Amino acid sequence: MMRIDLDVIQNWIAPQSRVLDLGCGDGTLLEQLGRNKQVSGYGLEIDHEQIERCIARGVNVVEQNLDRGLGNFADDSFDTVVMTQALQTLHQPHLVVQEMLRVGRECIITFPNFGQWKARWHLAFSGRMPVSDLLPHEWYDTPNIHFCTFRDFDLLCRERRWTILHRQVVSETRLGKGLKDFLPNLFGETAIYHLTR
Amino acid sequence: MPVFHRLTPFGPETGITLSTEKISASAEQQKTSREPGSVGIVVPREHTFREPLALACGRVLNEYTLVYETYGTLNADKSNAVLICHALSGHHHAAGYHNESDKRPGWWDNYIGPGKPIDTDHFFVVSLNNLGGCHGSTGPASTNPETGRPWGPDFPRLRVRDWVHSQARLADLLGIGQWAAVIGGSLGGMQAMRWSLEYPERLRHCVVIASAMKLSAQNIAFNETARQAITSDPDFCHGRYLEQDKLPRRGLAVARMIGHITYLSDDGLGKKFGRELRSGTFNLGAEEEVEFQVQSYLRYQGDSFSGSFDPNTYILMTRALDYFDLAREYGDDPVAAFSHARCRFMLLSFTSDWRFAPERSREIADALMHANVPVSYAEIESSMGHDAFLLPNNRYRRAFDAYMKRVAAECAEGVAP
Repeated sequence: MMRIDLDVIQNWIAPQSRVLDLGCGDGTLLEQLGRNKQVSGYGLEIDHEQIERCIARGVNVVEQNLDRGLGNFADDSFDTVVMTQALQTLHQPHLVVQEMLRVGRECIITFPNFGQWKARWHLAFSGRMPVSDLLPHEWYDTPNIHFCTFRDFDLLCRERRWTILHRQVVSETRLGKGLKDFLPNLFGETAIYHLTR
Repeated sequence: MPVFHRLTPFGPETGITLSTEKISASAEQQKTSREPGSVGIVVPREHTFREPLALACGRVLNEYTLVYETYGTLNADKSNAVLICHALSGHHHAAGYHNESDKRPGWWDNYIGPGKPIDTDHFFVVSLNNLGGCHGSTGPASTNPETGRPWGPDFPRLRVRDWVHSQARLADLLGIGQWAAVIGGSLGGMQAMRWSLEYPERLRHCVVIASAMKLSAQNIAFNETARQAITSDPDFCHGRYLEQDKLPRRGLAVARMIGHITYLSDDGLGKKFGRELRSGTFNLGAEEEVEFQVQSYLRYQGDSFSGSFDPNTYILMTRALDYFDLAREYGDDPVAAFSHARCRFMLLSFTSDWRFAPERSREIADALMHANVPVSYAEIESSMGHDAFLLPNNRYRRAFDAYMKRVAAECAEGVAP
């Protein structure tokens, strides 16, 4: 099954363009983009098993730790730099986004929206850090160290003067699907930003 | 018996496998030619090429012999051939056994065979002893047809590209127009990369393991120290030791010891030997000389190597390593160099390898990405230093296997990428 944020992203990527996918996971997005849009590119990943899955499906994957930056990539070397569901795992997310905008002309970022009602509910009523299917870890062993909300990211973009080309939230639930356009920060499960410099 | 009779050709059971031998001695002893993952008994073949080969140094070899082995079966459209390029002290015997009583299999038997990453159920594997070698291919220990005496130091200085050109002649001989993959570790990786630039249409995949686009000054320094050890041995006789019935064994042994230390890691040597003593004690009044395990290991490795490898070949091979500079003729721009490549690349490196450090492989990956050439790269955790590319390692095997399965699937489908 295709993750819903990956579906949205495909619409924002031009055919035959060059894409760098940060934290590419098992390579699903790059494989789809290659097949459907003749997009060429590379994925960066550090998880050993994910790297093997990429190799097995013929996706170009390079072992690289995003926390060490993108210094090995030249300015404007990609049309689009994508990072799905990895922002919250980075030590310095804002610097990585800055780098994405240097290396690519545009970038697309998706992350779990911590402002969603379920997370708020969990914290408000159980008094404990939210644990969900999308974020199944306990606070002490989670790779997710920098949570933010749809609105937080908006503020970061404004502060840094990044241009937002598109932004939206997606939700898997029926309730979320109905209400996400009115109250995105409350009902969006996953936030998707399409940025340029 | 004169020395050179004993030496020519040098026994293929030695060379690069020395380093693996002690580490996995117990595993190796249990292996036989009948085990499921083995290619079994293999017979080396040789061919003498009579069409002159123009070398990078400007000289011409009028004729030369290459000795090689093949494993697996070439398919009907000849699309499943894989070339193995050997490293500094390697040779053609990469997998299987030469006879039932062989103690050790070929030097890359961990990765070549049925069900292994270079799967002989799918690939037709070609492995040769490079020109200049001492295991049956024409080299410094061979007879120079013009003089009737061993070439010795007069053998042409070879470059990596000369090997690539001679390998292309071998491909022609075997009717292989395009390799499914050219694969090599270390110096072998340099050959694989050179293939991608010299004959871009003749390979679909290039697998480069623990290699570099050029050696660092430190690397050249180690090689020079090794060469000095050989040439300063009084028995070296300016490289004409075979004619004088001598052999600079001590010098070659020291050269090999230097290599051994640097091809392993501090951690690897520590784990293997620590400060264990082989003999003697530090007790008051003890007369026996103290000897550490690592000392005796190094001496054993040096001695056994020096009886089975030609010193001039060692000098020639280390020089080829030093001279290699992938991008020299492309304005020192690796991106410009790799923009000529038409194949896909797979790169692997090992964390504790300090002679061909992961940074060197990352430089290759970066250059390939800038040139928009398909590449994958994995950095394998290992404490075994440069030698890790020869040794069993689960993650290495899985990543290598995943890549080669794709290559095999393409061969089966008859698709070129």
